[in-house]
Amino acid sequence: MQKIIEGKAYVLGDNVDTDQIIPAEHLVYSLSDPEESKKYGRYALSGVPEEKAGLPTGHIPFISGENDRSDFQIIIGGSNFGCGSSREHAPYALQKAGVQVVVAESYARIFYRNAVDGGFIVPLETEVVLKEKIKSGDPLSIDLDSLTLKNQNTGQSYSLLPPGDVLPIIEAGGIFEYARKSGMI
Amino acid sequence: MPMTITEKILAKAARKKSVTPGENIWLNVDTLMTHDVCGPPTIQIWKDEFGEKARIWDKNKLVIFPDHYIYTSDKHAIRNVDILRKFASDYNLPNYYDVGTARYKGVCHIALAEEGFNRPGTVLIGTDSHTCTAGAFGLFATGVGNTDAAFVLGTGKIWEKVPESMQFIFDGNMPDYLTAKDLILHVLGEITTDGATYRAMEFSGQAIQSLNVDERMTLTNMAVEAGGMNGIIAADAVIEDYLKGKTQQPYEILQSDPDARYHSKYRFDVEKLEPVVAKPHSPDNRDTVRKVQGTPLTRAYIGSCTGGKLTDFIHAAKILKGRRVVIPTFVVPASTSIARKLKSETYEGQRLIDILTDSGCVLAPSSCAACLGGPADTIGRSIDNDVVISTTNRNFPGRMGSKNAGIFLASPLTVAASALKGAITDPREFLQ
Ligand code: SF4
Repeated sequence: MQKIIEGKAYVLGDNVDTDQIIPAEHLVYSLSDPEESKKYGRYALSGVPEEKAGLPTGHIPFISGENDRSDFQIIIGGSNFGCGSSREHAPYALQKAGVQVVVAESYARIFYRNAVDGGFIVPLETEVVLKEKIKSGDPLSIDLDSLTLKNQNTGQSYSLLPPGDVLPIIEAGGIFEYARKSGMI
Repeated sequence: MPMTITEKILAKAARKKSVTPGENIWLNVDTLMTHDVCGPPTIQIWKDEFGEKARIWDKNKLVIFPDHYIYTSDKHAIRNVDILRKFASDYNLPNYYDVGTARYKGVCHIALAEEGFNRPGTVLIGTDSHTCTAGAFGLFATGVGNTDAAFVLGTGKIWEKVPESMQFIFDGNMPDYLTAKDLILHVLGEITTDGATYRAMEFSGQAIQSLNVDERMTLTNMAVEAGGMNGIIAADAVIEDYLKGKTQQPYEILQSDPDARYHSKYRFDVEKLEPVVAKPHSPDNRDTVRKVQGTPLTRAYIGSCTGGKLTDFIHAAKILKGRRVVIPTFVVPASTSIARKLKSETYEGQRLIDILTDSGCVLAPSSCAACLGGPADTIGRSIDNDVVISTTNRNFPGRMGSKNAGIFLASPLTVAASALKGAITDPREFLQ
């Protein structure tokens, strides 16, 4: 697993549900077909209401035009990120769009599990209300060893919470890799 | 050690004497359920990850219901059902309920109950967040994603963090103007959409015991709307009666110990509650119907695993009988067996189906339909700036189709009363 992750921030509010992350009408595309699965990147976060898309200003498209990769690699969320349905397509869509890490105040259980067990993105938590301190587009760097997030624009650093019991699964890159390493399968 | 019902089931499934909240354990799964949206990717992951060694751990424990995108010409959606059909035939699966055959059921959570898969004391894992519905039968049921499901498919095992339990006790006799939907929307208003994250929501009390199976499932169905890992109601004679003739498999009725430890306890007197709605755009945005009375509506929807059960249609029929709706009102029975019962069951001497269609409701075939929007040609899908009142469970932006629509969640009584006026209406007005 990469220890330092750098990228531009895309800031969202509280209760970003899975219908906002990937609207239900897009759940029909194949996840394994290399061409077709790009559509998940294309429509990632397309259900976020425009005024909340890219805080603090809103109206910042996560994906520009017909692209399937985003200019933003790090999502900053509020509380209860990923609430709603069990669709694994949600963390998958973020990964397809090029997101590596989400930092939120808290997560809904299924989204968190899916992110970790599928090895799609690293979901990190923080007690800091980052959405008030970071603006969409700010260049960030995250150090997974020291669990800190630095805003390169302001020079400010914030601490992240340790992932706890799921760390071995995150480090392995998903539940299957973890189970193979530990001899379960 | 005293344990809650959830802890007892988990301990049993982990082959342990006891478990404590916060502990990570591996569970032996009794039933794995999937559907047309999450089944195909689950199968793909299982094939990719296990490769040559890919084996279904137990065919009899795997249940597949195509239900989400059924009556559509969307080619990708049709392909998903084709993938399930092929998988079922390649592996000769006993519990596949194919579209276009007499076996087709409709919405998975209701079908699980009807087909006898909800057995008290067992562990049921499904690739759908509302898998928690099955907890109404005193079992541990929770939703997972495709990767976790693929892992279960190959191994029969899943890791879970033992949840803390929250207890919700409902005292009193249910008034005729309230339904289980009002109770759960009330709870959501109290604890909010992350009030139960990673926790078990246990429902009990005199009012709960008086509820039939349909109504109990409405309560546990929406546990996930509070972030709950599972919702649970200890099984009793009502459940045992329901299960008669539905299953030959063993089950075990478990109860929480009186001195079990809870994260928190809530107590409500149902006689003091009144009809409520969840306003756009969150299921916890609760208000009393009285306060939002008169809000103009453009359509009404009675359907889904939450509000498309026989009891929901009986509730609606009570209000609609001999009256006409003034806005487009969609009726979608959750399962084909409920659809058949609409034709055989009566209310005050009239068939339910006749009451509903005579009042002007549009009847659609059983599936998830517009509960989650679905492909563009889905019946009942919201358009433009629709203001919808619905018996479903989620009102996030875009959930029923249009991103600009507003959705009010309510009981079937309130939805029916509102459809008659074209504006939000308290059902008590028609229950005199
Ligand atoms: S009816 Fe709605 S909530 Fe229930 S399983 Fe279908 S889409 Fe999900």
